[in-house]
Amino acid sequence: MTCEEARVLLHALIDGELDAGHAREVENHIANCPECASALAHYQELRQTLRSANLRYAAPDALRSRIEAAIPVPATRVPMQTRRSLLQGFALGTAMSAIAATGIVFFVVRSVQDERILGDVVSAHLRSLQAEHLTDVLSTDQHTVKPWFNGKLPVAPPVPDLTTQGFTLLGGRLDYIDGKPVAALVYRRRVHIINLFVAASQNLDRAPGRGGEMIQGFSVQEWTDQGLRFIAISDIGADELQEFRRKFEAAAVSSN
Amino acid sequence: MILAGRRRSDRMRDTRAMKGDVHDAERARRFRDAALPHLDEIYTLARYLLRNTADADDAVQECYLRALKHFDTFRGGAIRPWLFAIVRNVCRSNYARRGFSDEEPSEAALPLWVEAQETPEAQVLRQRDEESIRKMVSELPGQFREAIVLREVNDLSYQEIAEVVGTPVGTVMSRLARARAMLRAAWLAAEKEGGDDL
Repeated sequence: MTCEEARVLLHALIDGELDAGHAREVENHIANCPECASALAHYQELRQTLRSANLRYAAPDALRSRIEAAIPVPATRVPMQTRRSLLQGFALGTAMSAIAATGIVFFVVRSVQDERILGDVVSAHLRSLQAEHLTDVLSTDQHTVKPWFNGKLPVAPPVPDLTTQGFTLLGGRLDYIDGKPVAALVYRRRVHIINLFVAASQNLDRAPGRGGEMIQGFSVQEWTDQGLRFIAISDIGADELQEFRRKFEAAAVSSN
Repeated sequence: MILAGRRRSDRMRDTRAMKGDVHDAERARRFRDAALPHLDEIYTLARYLLRNTADADDAVQECYLRALKHFDTFRGGAIRPWLFAIVRNVCRSNYARRGFSDEEPSEAALPLWVEAQETPEAQVLRQRDEESIRKMVSELPGQFREAIVLREVNDLSYQEIAEVVGTPVGTVMSRLARARAMLRAAWLAAEKEGGDDL
């Protein structure tokens, strides 16, 4: 590898965008080239500095209001009940025709409920980001967050600390999915928020074995463990959310 | 333009059945839930691309109107790259319409590394306040500015940046490399000139 090549590829190395083979090649070159090694160190420093500074701009309130006004929905949200009954009516219509067409009653009825739960999960996630209501209990300490749920829910969700594994615990809150109270644990991955909803599995009863999927651009992971149903949602990539699930499950087992 | 859009959608609505209304409301709700949370990020890109508050306001508003209009063409996946691509196109066409040309230096002519003239200690970048970092980013040529903002400020992957700007991933990588080289050079130059004043 020439220095010219390395000086481009080292950026992909810094950004974690190189596959293992290329990363090794760049690292080999850098190990034997003091100039490229120095460039790597300086660019890492530059990147750190850029990332730790707040370089974002906040959209002005007036602009936000203008855009909201331009979207043809009343600024106040459609009341939950109305929207749900509307959706149910709509979904039921679809379900009925599907039943008529296929006769597979069980699956169709199940999937209508599945969609409703997923819809609620997405809405709850978005609400948590929008309304400055991310957490009721704000703490990075698992021993503060876990007892907070006592008496508020009939279940005690595991609250592992995953900070060293790249997922920082931000806190927890009480939320509602499908009209039932659930625990919401909030983790952060870089600038991205992960909401993890936990409830007794009969309260979030969905067709089993769905694993990961994408809904409205969000990654969703779900799993069941010891009578608890977990649904994680975030705008991070599907692989990263799967990594979160793996680490959460491993840590939850060892903390029990 | 907004008015015309509304009138047309009113006409369309009149001819639609009840089911169409339900669909419209549901679609608008989905759009609102999916797109509005990213407003600050979209605005951030527009601010860096246009370097002007009023222009950025207009571009972002137009971006959201266009995005809503074409929401049916958005087929799942991550919505951020889709929105970034729209706002980028709006910024570019507005810029062109107003007679600006965003001159792009030839990529190959740009250095990948600028050796500092001073001792190794002087190569350590002095911490700068956010305003001066923003200014340095703003002064990069357009294609490098958008690459660095999408990567470092909005945290997109190379693949996502490639989708937004419509280039191969390799081009994204080499633009980022040159953008960082230019930033570093600007940083060193500022240190040499202003010392602690900046």
